[in-house]
Amino acid sequence: MSLRRSVRPLLRQCSLYHMPQTFPERIRLVLPAIQARAQSMPQKPGSDRVHFPGAVNSKFTTVMAFARPGDMPAMPTYRVMDQDGELVDKSRAQPDISDEEVLKIYKDMIVVSVMDPIMYQAQRQGRLSFYMVSAGEEGIAVGSASALDPADVVFAQYREAGVFQYRGFGLDGFMNQLFANRLDEGRGRNMPVHYGSAKLNIHTISSPLATQLPQAAGAAYALKLAHKLDPETNKERVVCCYFGEGAASEGDFHAALNVAATRSCPVIFFCRNNGFAISTPTLEQYRGDGIASRGVGYGIDTIRVDGNDVFAVREATAKARELALQGENRPVLVEAMSYRVAHHSTSDDSSKYREVREVESWKRRDNPIVRLRKWMEARGLWNEELEREEQTRVKKAVLEAFGRAEREKLPALRLMFEDVYEEVTEEQEQQIAALKDVLERYPAEYDVDGYERGKDGL
Amino acid sequence: MATLRFNPLRIARPQRLLVSHSSSRPYTINSALRHALSTDDSVLLFGEDIAFGGVFRCSANLATDFGGDRVFNTPLCEQGIVGFAIGAAMSGFRPVAEIQFADYVYPAFDQLINEAAKARFRAGATNLHAGGLVVRMPAGAVGHGALYHSQSPEALFTHVPGLRVVIPRSPAQAKGLLLASIASNDPVLFLEPKILYRAAREHVPVEPYALPLSKAEVLRTGSDVTIVSYGTPLYACVDAARAAERDFGVGVEVIDLRTIYPWDRACVLDSVRKTGRAVVVHEAPVNAGVGAEVAATIQQEAFLNLEAPVQRVAGWSTHVGLVFEKFMMPDVVRIYDAIRKVTEY
Ligand SMILES: Cc1ncc(C[n+]2csc(CCOP(=O)(O)OP(=O)(O)O)c2C)c(N)n1
Ligand SMILES: [Mg+2]
Repeated sequence: MSLRRSVRPLLRQCSLYHMPQTFPERIRLVLPAIQARAQSMPQKPGSDRVHFPGAVNSKFTTVMAFARPGDMPAMPTYRVMDQDGELVDKSRAQPDISDEEVLKIYKDMIVVSVMDPIMYQAQRQGRLSFYMVSAGEEGIAVGSASALDPADVVFAQYREAGVFQYRGFGLDGFMNQLFANRLDEGRGRNMPVHYGSAKLNIHTISSPLATQLPQAAGAAYALKLAHKLDPETNKERVVCCYFGEGAASEGDFHAALNVAATRSCPVIFFCRNNGFAISTPTLEQYRGDGIASRGVGYGIDTIRVDGNDVFAVREATAKARELALQGENRPVLVEAMSYRVAHHSTSDDSSKYREVREVESWKRRDNPIVRLRKWMEARGLWNEELEREEQTRVKKAVLEAFGRAEREKLPALRLMFEDVYEEVTEEQEQQIAALKDVLERYPAEYDVDGYERGKDGL
Repeated sequence: MATLRFNPLRIARPQRLLVSHSSSRPYTINSALRHALSTDDSVLLFGEDIAFGGVFRCSANLATDFGGDRVFNTPLCEQGIVGFAIGAAMSGFRPVAEIQFADYVYPAFDQLINEAAKARFRAGATNLHAGGLVVRMPAGAVGHGALYHSQSPEALFTHVPGLRVVIPRSPAQAKGLLLASIASNDPVLFLEPKILYRAAREHVPVEPYALPLSKAEVLRTGSDVTIVSYGTPLYACVDAARAAERDFGVGVEVIDLRTIYPWDRACVLDSVRKTGRAVVVHEAPVNAGVGAEVAATIQQEAFLNLEAPVQRVAGWSTHVGLVFEKFMMPDVVRIYDAIRKVTEY
């Protein structure tokens, strides 16, 4: 003892190594947990299966056979209606949905599909710096949003304008963000399409891919715990987290699914599989059965749905939500399939890596909006005239909001420094003063008129 | 106070620094990669969206010309790309890995800092190091990239012994420095200012050539003030130097570090001992930036020669907000003003 002390005095003084309990005491504290685990999986003598923690209930076999993905059937894709808007399974009941709700879903998809080409063109004309369309994926965003509770928390990637639209972000909300004006809640800081809204329970979109996935698991855990601690104030909620099949290659995807499964987090991981990550086709992105097959590997309930079928997306999301909140809670993975018919973004020209012909054929083949419209027309809910009126009305509303937002001033210059920390630091204050000093001494060199209160806005 | 005759809000055109104005295409990165791939079978090229030419067209036609075994798309995973590259480098290949934007290199931080940088030291006499690895990434601001398409993360890497950090200022420099980086037996982070891809024309020799790593270049000489910079802001530095010379008759020397770490201390110190005044300029935030290292070295090694405190003109200590970007970056006015400050001190 005295020898040890003289040999490693520094180590023993170091608080990092200071154990609050003696060693046997610590063992006594963790022992029950270890025992509980071991007791639940006793390795009985003569048993026909593995009972170790790590591979529960695995049978012993004398046949040496590797599991080969190629021998397994691909996971099926859930569908409610076909391309003609008719029920695939004639024996099932029509979707359980009011006319009012169908009309809302349809009109919200229309808004996104009308806004997209207008903003795309505006970017081409240099009136905004960037844009991304959702073409072909409107049904995924709107359909899933329609099955969530408005209080459910959303983390998005960037091709989910339909979720914002469904929750009531409004055209002014979109336009103020796209033009990064003083009314933008992101304070003019983010690239276009990086929307966010605390009121709508949607976190602000962040460009780095897949970072939102483990955050969604943590947020879901927080919701679960908050409910447990105080069920009166905190009703049960889920997190819905959207991401592309490309983003699912990031380490964060795997981290997220695993921690969500082990901590039983009420989170819906919602993958939009559109066949491409910029130029990279899925064949070069993964070799497994889509993203869905991975959910199973993490012990997560998983479903694949037809992304062009709003009802399938809606029903699958509703069920996923129900599963997520059952019992001790759990994560669910949904993979919605829908080909990306547009360019990745305004920075991309997809004819460089795929045949325009191929895209055209996908466009003709299927579309979530057309499918729902056919279903509605068959029910007398919609017709050519209503369509024309709606298109005209939405287009006019988009252009009006566009004009309003484009005319607005940019945010005050001081916002350049605010919100880095809760309070502006002393060093930043000095930098603000230095910038102001430059603007004042070289007034001809800077154009600050577009910003709220000009240089005084610093 | 004289009015300046330039608009600081535009990005200075690279050709201003150049002697020759031939009309070669800007894709010198492409030509350097082509040369490396054709002269050394151990050179590989991969990353996200590489195969069709890359989002900045740097790898255009290379997959077709050199085959999918050596030039290929990876899954979308930066930690995977860099770890994969380190493994190949440790096995004798010379992988050139592309990170689509420097802003997205962080998932690979562990691989770069704990693995690439430390491999040689850790492996000792086994000599299984990560030399031959080059990680290319577009960096810096272009006016509308906001938080995640504007970053200059070089200082995060210059803090790490074992990594070489290179930032070329122009197409011709990029070609020579990239070939030297691929030939280097140390891991190199090669940050390409996006302005490189837009530079309309510069005389870039067709034949291959290497420019030395860890060697700065004096772009213009002067006896009164030394400006130390690298990458995009150099164009603004030269403009500001010209204006200052004209307006208050000072001679301004401009030094391009080219390799940010390990850096050419001798070149900078010789210059400052001569001029007695120094201004360091970079886009990355000023706090704990490259400027801090350069300024500290100058005051430690050339204190008695200094006529004024070393100035830093850099990004402010904040993030790049979309509509604020032009006020964030060091521009001609702020550099000009700093030259005035050190002169009038
Ligand atoms: C960490 C990171 N790496 C790279 C990028 C650049 N990037 C932006 S979108 C994208 C493709 C994403 O594809 P996917 O997840 O399939 O979504 P989709 O665009 O198809 O909707 C890439 C590579 C990024 N934003 N973040
Ligand atoms: Mg995709």
